[in-house]
Amino acid sequence: MPAPTLTRADAADETALQEHFDATIAAEHRIEPRDWMPEGYRKTLVRQIAQHAHSEIIGMQPEGDWLLAAPSLRRKAILLAKVQDEAGHGLYLYSATETLGADRADLTDKLIEGRQKYSSIFNYPTLTYADVGVIGWLVDGAAICNQVPLCRSSYGPYARAMIRICKEESFHQRQGYELLLTMMRGTGEQQAMVQDAVDRWWWPSLMMFGPPDTESPNSAQSMAWGIKRHSNDELRQRYVDMTVPQAEFLGVTLPDPELELDPETGRYRFGAIDWEEFKRVLAGNGPRNAERIARRRAARDDGAWVLAAATAYAEKHS
Amino acid sequence: MTDVTAEGGRNTPSSPPLAGSGRPPGRGRRDWPLYEVFVRGKRGLNHVHVGSLHAPDDEMAVHAARDLYTRRNEGVSIWVVRSTDITASSPDEKDALFAPSGDKVYRHPTFYEIPEDVPHI
Amino acid sequence: MHEETVYDALTAAHGDDARWAFGAGFDDPLAGVDTTVPDRVEPADLGAYCLMLGDDALVLSQRLIEWITRAPELEEEVAFANVALDLLGQARLLLARAGSVGVLGRSRERAGASIPDEDALAYFRDPDEFRCTALVVADGGDFARTLVRLLMASTWRLALFTQLQSSRDPVLAAIAGKGVAELSYHRSHAARWVLRLGDGTAESHRRAQAAVDFLWPLTADLFTPTEVEARLAPAGVAVDPGRLREEVHGVLTDVLTRATLTVPEWPASAPPTGRLGQHDPGRSEELTDLLAGLQGLARRHPGATW
Repeated sequence: MPAPTLTRADAADETALQEHFDATIAAEHRIEPRDWMPEGYRKTLVRQIAQHAHSEIIGMQPEGDWLLAAPSLRRKAILLAKVQDEAGHGLYLYSATETLGADRADLTDKLIEGRQKYSSIFNYPTLTYADVGVIGWLVDGAAICNQVPLCRSSYGPYARAMIRICKEESFHQRQGYELLLTMMRGTGEQQAMVQDAVDRWWWPSLMMFGPPDTESPNSAQSMAWGIKRHSNDELRQRYVDMTVPQAEFLGVTLPDPELELDPETGRYRFGAIDWEEFKRVLAGNGPRNAERIARRRAARDDGAWVLAAATAYAEKHS
Repeated sequence: MTDVTAEGGRNTPSSPPLAGSGRPPGRGRRDWPLYEVFVRGKRGLNHVHVGSLHAPDDEMAVHAARDLYTRRNEGVSIWVVRSTDITASSPDEKDALFAPSGDKVYRHPTFYEIPEDVPHI
Repeated sequence: MHEETVYDALTAAHGDDARWAFGAGFDDPLAGVDTTVPDRVEPADLGAYCLMLGDDALVLSQRLIEWITRAPELEEEVAFANVALDLLGQARLLLARAGSVGVLGRSRERAGASIPDEDALAYFRDPDEFRCTALVVADGGDFARTLVRLLMASTWRLALFTQLQSSRDPVLAAIAGKGVAELSYHRSHAARWVLRLGDGTAESHRRAQAAVDFLWPLTADLFTPTEVEARLAPAGVAVDPGRLREEVHGVLTDVLTRATLTVPEWPASAPPTGRLGQHDPGRSEELTDLLAGLQGLARRHPGATW
């Protein structure tokens, strides 16, 4: 079996490899870890998947802050299972980055040092228990809109991680909506908590889809590579159309006076998003940025002796 | 070796060499080695590669795999193997070894459709 | 078989319920189980016993939850959450059982009528009504203390649940049967870590030994039966904790020795004050803090359902 080495590919080989890669993408086949791939494709994937993984891990904190205080044992169990899932999802995604030559410890360092981003939605505080429900309903709902198409990502390990994650996310959104339904049937105080949480999370949830298509410079290449499947604005619209009837069923008001159904298209028109706020939070000036990162740093630094102990034991007993 | 679902053997031409094969020394204190995880979902099925994790040794790896990849009871048996111990075929052998592959259409299940018209989740 | 078909089977071969992680189900935890109190048993005794075992699980679960988002490695986040979920599940079943035999005390008045028994008991009892032992109440401290404590608590509880599987109370027997598999996993997880910390680096050894030395005296009351246990054990419903001593000492001595740690002198037996709600002064303060965190929100919204 001929097995020529590819590590010293000359220019002619490189062209052939690029053609093979392009043909694989065009045929909607998956790129797998040992396939040749353009360096830009690899870097874009690592950045996108790492950012997604970081978001899962940082995203444990806003809800995790309510774990000790969850108001019933059943809610505590549900929330604990959910936060655990987020750790699991982070691990699946870091695992996918490692098939691309990244290293989890390096990515964690980049997160802590502010050299890689995570979803800025998690820089908002969770002020009441209704926030737990609204995060499940709106934030996870938006995440699902973003993530379902990624199950068809051109990169095999990412697509497979996303399939697993999307299945588990359906429980996350359901538990959030079910909590809100229960609270809306409860006391007046509880109903007010739900409306207040919706008021605070609605606009940030719309920002989760990223800047408008006109200002999203990397989108075209990502779509050509099959890393991204739909534009930001397309997904945002899909999310709004899905969520408005759910809000009506729940009996809450979405904080947008311009929100209305376009009878011709059957889609909802909505007001302008405050992109200055988006940029401010993304730049690290959100209400909880510093705290979120400080906790990851503390976990890494305070836990270093534990990792060292296990490594030392393994060396002694191998 | 026919099980090419393993993502191991990381030395792709476009990526730098990895753990155990060229990682700079000195960072090892924080870096537990990478393990690939294979789960038998139920009796009668093969073990299937499901992902990877970091663990200090084999024993801890198999238990972490149980916690992570079968926490919803999705497995009856787990294998773990250090990523650096996997030998994989090289990509250019693929067509010769595994042809014909043109009929292998990737089918992605539409297992999860969000209802667009009713507020039912 | 095609690779992705096999993968589908891995995640799709289960009903919808499988997507709800362990312990998070919506059903009545005691649905379908015969909850008749066995003959020759006082319901008050049975309820008190369930509170002892349930409170231990609830408090230890809460201590483990304190680690979530703070664990040394992501794999440990997942492991802590698994153990905490198991213990929370045990607590829910045991508190529900206490409620089903009418042991609710003042918690029902405080909670109002709409709250399930398990929540009335968890959220609306005061510290002196909790019947947990000092071992689970003590502040978590560092990773070493957390894992040494988990080793000690799960070794004791596994020994107990193993015998409790033959309880004449069908509910306790069922809870124990489910718990044995969980606890043996907790114990082996803790033991693996204690081995690695004790026989790891100089620092981890020092921390693990400090944890052992701190926690050891807290085992003094674990083997002393309360009057309730003294009545229920001969009736075949409860386990006399005195009968667990040999197994627990044996397992802990074995693990600590293999971990190159010094096994302290076993403390003299002490009265089971925690089981009676008479928590030692230091522990009482810690328990009050822990319960304030657990109960605060629920108590601020009386009459609310969640």
